[in-house]
Amino acid sequence: MNTMEKTLRSPVSQRPHEIKKTDQLTGIGAEVSIELNGIKMKVPIGKTILEICRDNNIHIPTLCYHEDLCIAGNCRLCLVEIEGMRTLQTSCSFPVTSPIKIKTFSDKVRKARKHIVGLMLSEHYGECYSCVRNNNCELQSLAREYGIDNYEFGHICSPRYNVDKSSQAVIRDMDKCILCRRCVRTCIDLQEVGVLEAVNRGYDTKISTFMDKPLADVVCINCGQCINRCPTAALHANDPSDEIWKAIEDPEKHVILQTAPSPRASLGEEFGLPPGHSMTGQLNTAARRMGFDRVFDTNFSADLTIMEEGTELLNRLRKALVEKDTSVRLPQFTSCSPGWIKFIEHFYPEYLDYLSTAKSPQQMFGSVIKTFYADESGIDPANIVNVALMPCAAKKFECNRPEMNSSGFKDIDYGLTTREMAKMIREAGLVLPDLPKSGFDDPFGEASGAGLIFGSTGGVMEAALRTVYELVTGRVVPFKNLNIEVCRGMKGIKEASVKLENCRPEFSFLEGIDLKFIVAHGTANAKVVMDMLKNGELKDYHFVEIMACPGGCIGGGGQPIPTSESIRKLRAKAIYEEEAGLPVRKSHENPHIKYIYEKFLKDGPCGKLSHKLLHTHYVKRGKFIN
Amino acid sequence: MTDKDKKIKTEFIASLVRLYGKDRSSLLPVLQEFQKKFRYIDEYSQQEIADALSIHPVEVNSIISFYAFLYDKPRGKHTIRICKNIVCKFHGNKELSKFMEKKVSEFNKDKSEESKITIEYVNCIGLCDRSPSMLVDEKVYEKINPHNAEAILEELS
Ligand code: SF4
Ligand code: SF4
Ligand code: SF4
Ligand code: FES
Repeated sequence: MNTMEKTLRSPVSQRPHEIKKTDQLTGIGAEVSIELNGIKMKVPIGKTILEICRDNNIHIPTLCYHEDLCIAGNCRLCLVEIEGMRTLQTSCSFPVTSPIKIKTFSDKVRKARKHIVGLMLSEHYGECYSCVRNNNCELQSLAREYGIDNYEFGHICSPRYNVDKSSQAVIRDMDKCILCRRCVRTCIDLQEVGVLEAVNRGYDTKISTFMDKPLADVVCINCGQCINRCPTAALHANDPSDEIWKAIEDPEKHVILQTAPSPRASLGEEFGLPPGHSMTGQLNTAARRMGFDRVFDTNFSADLTIMEEGTELLNRLRKALVEKDTSVRLPQFTSCSPGWIKFIEHFYPEYLDYLSTAKSPQQMFGSVIKTFYADESGIDPANIVNVALMPCAAKKFECNRPEMNSSGFKDIDYGLTTREMAKMIREAGLVLPDLPKSGFDDPFGEASGAGLIFGSTGGVMEAALRTVYELVTGRVVPFKNLNIEVCRGMKGIKEASVKLENCRPEFSFLEGIDLKFIVAHGTANAKVVMDMLKNGELKDYHFVEIMACPGGCIGGGGQPIPTSESIRKLRAKAIYEEEAGLPVRKSHENPHIKYIYEKFLKDGPCGKLSHKLLHTHYVKRGKFIN
Repeated sequence: MTDKDKKIKTEFIASLVRLYGKDRSSLLPVLQEFQKKFRYIDEYSQQEIADALSIHPVEVNSIISFYAFLYDKPRGKHTIRICKNIVCKFHGNKELSKFMEKKVSEFNKDKSEESKITIEYVNCIGLCDRSPSMLVDEKVYEKINPHNAEAILEELS
């Protein structure tokens, strides 16, 4: 017994852990020698035990830890044993600062973890075979990992809570919640929306909305990011696949699937492929075999969006610079992300005029299909069922917005997420990666690469610049291979500019102007940008792209689970790679776009018919809940 | 709630925030002071407080639900908290509770919601050596029996 132990009266657990001198203490990057499962190694001071274990391919179970989120340390599953410490320590929140000896799977550790899982299961109402997360649930895999073969601490037999099905996007089933608070940290820290928090204490603790109101009545922007990070089925999307199957089986109905770029880049993950494989062709085949009557490419309407949004930007610039119209709002903000739209409607309602009035590609396509396509193909629009395969939970809300019926019908009938599509493909008995590739149906055919890169953060900006720059100057954008690298990458807020020189005569008012733009993703970053706008710091900016989800659509709330920055980067890479090989890479050069402006939207982009079909208005919601 | 009530509350919150500072760490004192004046923290005021401190309403709600002494629903004028822990049980808290329940229900008869008394059973309040014990609002009472309890109740009316 050393002197400290002799003189201290406090119980062992409360004694300070003595920090031994490290090997080298000069400057950042100092190292300390530790022993991990008996293996000696040097690690940088401050790295957590969990990180060290991951670096060394040692698996530590975690539930509350998530790469995208701050550390919470509340699930206790990542416990490890440290020699000399009486209690087990949570590796996710234990930075190494002294030469310690760690055991990650001692008897004590394994028993503790098994008990923790057992205790979680004792309050976990539900059975895996009737659960949407069956086979992709972190709790379930832990139960397997720790060999849980009975309910050691009992099992709750009746539900404690009602399932909240009020939202069109997110369903909350709190009986499956294990209180890891990933959703809370997602919604507050990552998205800055602040819908969810833990309320009450002890056994009564639960995750709740403000005053326990239905999710549809609070400020939820439907981004679905909480779903992607929930380890269990407590949060899941509102699944319309039963209705879609019904429509497919109805011979009267003409069921059209439009596929957005991001689901194609991630769908393979649902079939066991590593992230980063594009499944565009296979998906088309799968959809046809499942009985969809037509498969269209949302990139077509993304091209349409670029034409409309780009023209709108030029119109705004003309009004502001030539006509000196002070009512024109600049910078113009993109409007393709329905989560972002609801965010600004709630939190910055006084700035709605800054938004482009262009609808999102999904909704544009809906109204074009139920008017132009219905006409051309002689199908009664009342019999068309529009299904949109999206990476997004908010699209479910968007297509149900009451104003989204400019075709005279509900423009888009169902928003389907990547995960739900994968489920439908599995139900149809198809193995996606094994299917032959096929193309998209006419009259919209293959779209341009500009539409494809919409899927990643910065994509809309890049696509718009390619078109706007060329419209204004008559030359292609001054970037190598059309790749505007400044728009790419996962930095939260990116800004850059392009100089407009030697403009065409009709755009002489833009001569010499630095077209300044900002790209932000994740609504926490959107908030930063909006506060800059509020403080008058964006006066000389022209165009801002905002996507509600971290990483843009490839990180959408409907995408395969799990998600992390590295996964998002791989998905983005798949998109950019596919794009680089496409023959047409500029929206205005898409022949089908030219065709639709010749044949149907005859008064051109932002013309009268476009305004009716392709543009929309927004609702001042405000953040106060009554 | 009328617009006038709302205005009064918003102004009061603003004055509290001026006093304690526009920081999330001011939340608890703001909530306590607010409750002292308005007896409970209603939905509207929770949102106003959140707004004034730049946090989310659901966080305010979460804090209120965590602390037993903060309320988000209206309650009577007085709250009696009787300890339900084992030592108080040994010393006759059962009889005490029965007696109190009866007396309080008599007291509450024909009273408006606002002037009623609420009884709550709480975990140990740290007075085991002087049990049975209870709290009336913020005041501590020790070694209670039906006899001195009656006097305490009389004081409340
Ligand atoms: S949430 Fe996970 S553990 Fe719970 S029932 Fe569903 S699959 Fe099973
Ligand atoms: S969908 Fe988005 S806004 Fe809604 S609760 Fe989840 S994270 Fe928050
Ligand atoms: S809802 Fe999901 S993410 Fe949120 S605390 Fe419960 S289990 Fe964790
Ligand atoms: S992962 Fe470390 S405590 Fe939850």
